Amino acid sequence: MVGSEATRQPVLQLTGIGKEFGAIRALHGVDMQVSPGEVVGLMGDNGAGKSTLVKIIAGNFRPSHGEIRFAGSAVQFSRPVDARAIGIEVVYQDLALADNLTAAANVFLGRELKRRFGPLALLDHKAMAARALELFGELRSETRPDDLVKQMSGGQRQAVAIARTRLSNARLVMMDEPTAAISVRQVEQVLGLIHRLKEQGVAVMLISHRMPDVFAVCDRVIVMRRGEKRADKPIHETSPEEVTALITGAKEAA
Amino acid sequence: MAMPMESPISFTNIGKAKWWQRGIFASQTGYVLIALAVLLVIMHFASPYFFTEGNMQNVAKNFSFIAIATLGVTFVIITGGIDLSVGSMMCFSAMITSMVMTELSTPGSYGASLFVHMAADGKTVLANVPGLILLVSVAAGLGVALIAGLVNGFCIAVLGLSPFVTTLGMLSIVRGLGYVVSNGRGSFPGGPDADYFYALTSGDVLGLPVPFIYLVVLALAMAVVLHHTSFGRHVFALGGNEKAAELTGIPVVRVKIEVYVICALAAGLQGIIISGWLGSAPANMATSYELNVIAAAVIGGANLAGGIGGPLGAIVGCVLLEVIRNGLVLAQVSSYWQQTLVGVIIILAVLVDRVRSRMI
Repeated sequence: MVGSEATRQPVLQLTGIGKEFGAIRALHGVDMQVSPGEVVGLMGDNGAGKSTLVKIIAGNFRPSHGEIRFAGSAVQFSRPVDARAIGIEVVYQDLALADNLTAAANVFLGRELKRRFGPLALLDHKAMAARALELFGELRSETRPDDLVKQMSGGQRQAVAIARTRLSNARLVMMDEPTAAISVRQVEQVLGLIHRLKEQGVAVMLISHRMPDVFAVCDRVIVMRRGEKRADKPIHETSPEEVTALITGAKEAA
Repeated sequence: MAMPMESPISFTNIGKAKWWQRGIFASQTGYVLIALAVLLVIMHFASPYFFTEGNMQNVAKNFSFIAIATLGVTFVIITGGIDLSVGSMMCFSAMITSMVMTELSTPGSYGASLFVHMAADGKTVLANVPGLILLVSVAAGLGVALIAGLVNGFCIAVLGLSPFVTTLGMLSIVRGLGYVVSNGRGSFPGGPDADYFYALTSGDVLGLPVPFIYLVVLALAMAVVLHHTSFGRHVFALGGNEKAAELTGIPVVRVKIEVYVICALAAGLQGIIISGWLGSAPANMATSYELNVIAAAVIGGANLAGGIGGPLGAIVGCVLLEVIRNGLVLAQVSSYWQQTLVGVIIILAVLVDRVRSRMI
């Protein structure tokens, strides 16, 4: 399985990515690649450079050095919308949901489906609800498109945020701490959602502090420390103990 | 990925909210509407004059005088902002409209020759094109509102100033400008088009006051915009979670500027209509109306924290305020009690909403 993935073209390829904020070097010489249908865990302590790396890939920051290649071609983003346009979606830690809107409205936020009535373009509520229901079905989440997000459980909210990434047939989904603030049963649901994405050939980057989750779903784990990549290993060649040692610095690199 | 038409999901754990826990029944607007109905019944028994045609027309006219501005401010409140400059804006727009109208109708003054000429008797002023003066002067009144709205929106959305402070400043700026251009004197809509002006602002059509008709049309338009266009969706999203709105690619700056412009235009239109009813635009017109307007919006269910509100709520709030005012007069209660009671109702309406959302 690893062999067949290696022969495919990586969906995301970073070479020598570095980022400085004034005198602070947040990232230095990061190389990595992610293949279609691969789930990569990105781990590291606070301040290790995970968020900076994710923000660079998502188009929030421009890298100071290095090159990003997406599906083979070099890309540069000036805004997050640019990254989204070519198929990079981010599920933010706080999920970026508007509580006062329905699930379907949130899924389609900023990308509403419309029907033209003469000079007016009115929202196509039916089509959006139907498509949202379809997406929740694919994710096997019991979520009604017409329910308000403020009445939903943590797992349902995750499903709404993830369904949003499925709208545009994203090829890379980055998830920032999706399991940080939810219950055990809901963690199971979210990990299930990640499996669904993988089945559909989507590359997933999981940014997480929770070791069991990373070992449950990831094919590969990347460990960051002090702005550098310290390890990049298939999950079955490493162990939670080794990853912990790499994160804390007890072990320099692997 | 073809899915069967029936639901692809079985909802074993997720129940459906009961009908009375959804939509309008679960909203503050819903039970303020019920409170209003109860109040109307009480009024009917308390005063035989309440449900007479004349009094109803009066009530309809009076609440229409703040309701259009309330629709505008509701847009702003839904995005989580506030606009305190509506009262001053009403006055300034009305003033500019009547001043432009008078100026253009005075032969010999700047630009007037394009619009009016003297009749053969040398006394009567006749319009070159009937209605043109009215059109230009109303456009001028709304034009200044547009500019003030753009400045509000620019300061809030682009410069990132707080809506409260920006519009508090604008309240003072616009009121001050009103005194500057008028030298503190009121102005009167005059000239050959004044009759049209009065007909269009304080006339009746089939027994309905004209302002009420404008209100209904604008409220329906607002309902469509809020619930059936992506602009409306974005207005709600902005109030619900501004950061999410930005991350999902909503043009946050543009939407914010647009809501402040809509609010200023609504206030301007409202002011022009009020001046038609008053027959003049005094420099102290609509002073502190912003408080009535915001109170009406809040009583009707608009949430100052953002994300909730609508045209029905705005109107219900205005009607409730007006019925109470009217009722106190009919019941011969000292009108000084009115403000106190309005304050109590604002707090009660919000309190009931608080209690209800705790119960669910």
